[in-house]
Amino acid sequence: MHQLPQTLVNGLALGALYGLIAIGYTMVYGIVQLINFAHGEIVMIGGFGALSVHLWLPADTPLTAALPLMLIGGAIASVAVATAAERFAYRPLRNAPRLAPLITAIGLSIALQQLVWAFYPDAKKSRGFPQFRGDAFELAGNIHIQRDDVFVLLAAPLCMLALGFFVAKSRTGRAMQATAQDPDTAKLMGINTDRIIVLAFAIGGAFAAVAAVAAGLRAGQINFEMGFILGLKAFTAAVLGGIGNIYGAMLGGVVLGIAEAAASTYIQHIPGMQQLGGGGWKDVWAFALLILVLLIRPQGLLGERVADRA
Amino acid sequence: MTALLEVDNLRVAYGKIEAVKGISFTVEAGQVVTLIGTNGAGKTTTLRTLSGLLKPLDGTIRFEGRPLAGVPAHRIVALGLAHSPEGRHIFPRLTIAENLQLGAFLRKDGEGIAKDTQRVYDLFPILGERARQAAGTLSGGEQQMLAMGRALMSRPKLLMLDEPSMGLSPIMMQRIMATITELRASGTTILLVEQNARAALSLADRGHVMEIGKIVLSGTGADLLHDESVRKAYLGED
Repeated sequence: MHQLPQTLVNGLALGALYGLIAIGYTMVYGIVQLINFAHGEIVMIGGFGALSVHLWLPADTPLTAALPLMLIGGAIASVAVATAAERFAYRPLRNAPRLAPLITAIGLSIALQQLVWAFYPDAKKSRGFPQFRGDAFELAGNIHIQRDDVFVLLAAPLCMLALGFFVAKSRTGRAMQATAQDPDTAKLMGINTDRIIVLAFAIGGAFAAVAAVAAGLRAGQINFEMGFILGLKAFTAAVLGGIGNIYGAMLGGVVLGIAEAAASTYIQHIPGMQQLGGGGWKDVWAFALLILVLLIRPQGLLGERVADRA
Repeated sequence: MTALLEVDNLRVAYGKIEAVKGISFTVEAGQVVTLIGTNGAGKTTTLRTLSGLLKPLDGTIRFEGRPLAGVPAHRIVALGLAHSPEGRHIFPRLTIAENLQLGAFLRKDGEGIAKDTQRVYDLFPILGERARQAAGTLSGGEQQMLAMGRALMSRPKLLMLDEPSMGLSPIMMQRIMATITELRASGTTILLVEQNARAALSLADRGHVMEIGKIVLSGTGADLLHDESVRKAYLGED
């Protein structure tokens, strides 16, 4: 049990990362009812955008100074690809059967991976990503925060609060809510719903870039396939929290991250389950949790039952 | 003088099924004009086309003499055409006040918006009492009031009401009809679609009877109320 606080800290950092990506899934789903399965690749593209800025800067630039520029570079790349995907891949299919955009998303995901693999210099293997030098920060007695996790632990709540405020209080945010609840009626109010949809993709892209930088810092590397498992986990987090709900996405991410960390730490100590613990099984436990939640609460933790919708 | 709204030979189709088969009518400023008819006559389709949600197959729509062809729905409200849709379609998870603010989405005059909000609350006091409540918690009749109030918030030159009495109790229906009469007295131009033909015709300046996509009969509200065939088919009299 003495490992519990440390497990929570590790889980929180991982969960914040999932949550940032999950918000991208949930925003788009909330407005156009599309699962953008290429969103993991939007994260990956953000990572390569940030890496490009890092490589372009003088080699002796301190990471704290480089980080804001890397975030901007990553966000430009992610937002550009996400909004282009909306405009050219999804918008023409808006009135098509549900399956068509879904298959398009999967195709787009593979295409984006292969484009980076083929055209980004040396992307056929993993590329190193800068990390902060130095030891982990020690909080109270023996609880440590990795230096590279500080970024995501600060960035995720900040992004979340800013988005929550924007959606609840601003005129455009209210237009987003209206479009999510009833797109035709939103048009009757004078809302340009096409613009709102682009904005949802753009916000998801920007959050994806923040997540990509966090993932690169944690792992010390990025690669063209990184979006697959990250995207799948974040999608799980979005469903767990209740798809369509931005706070649910972050909550789902944190629950999933802590569950993963706890599973890797504790399950090996349960008699008879030694082989099922450790890091290698964490994905299994993450998806087992998803199945469990869907059995007990299909609408997710903060989701509303679809039947309640007017 | 040109009419506020001129519809000429309008045809609208869903795929291969033609729902509106070439109708023509006009609405003069200050008038209440009603379209009556049974389910499937094409009334709602007509309104949805006028507000830009559906694209016409053929025909012209002119609003203040200006053709509406190719103008997207979110621009049409800016021209002064507000639509309170069938089934109310309020935003259920936003508050009543937020729903009304969305009705004024394109307006920038804060003072005017506040004044019009108050006017809606005067018209429907229950909305003022519950301004901070989620709109989905209102009863059907109250939601209808909110939908009408929201449409008024754009200060429309033409207010289109689709089935405002649908699913309401007789008392609630009287309230809504009385409000339409009030609006008419204050000079609001209204295009009213109703299944309740008696109520609609008794307050309309002009009425058009639609049957399977066509206007089969037109006249003043009073004429149609006393028309033999209308009485038989729509007023339930023998």
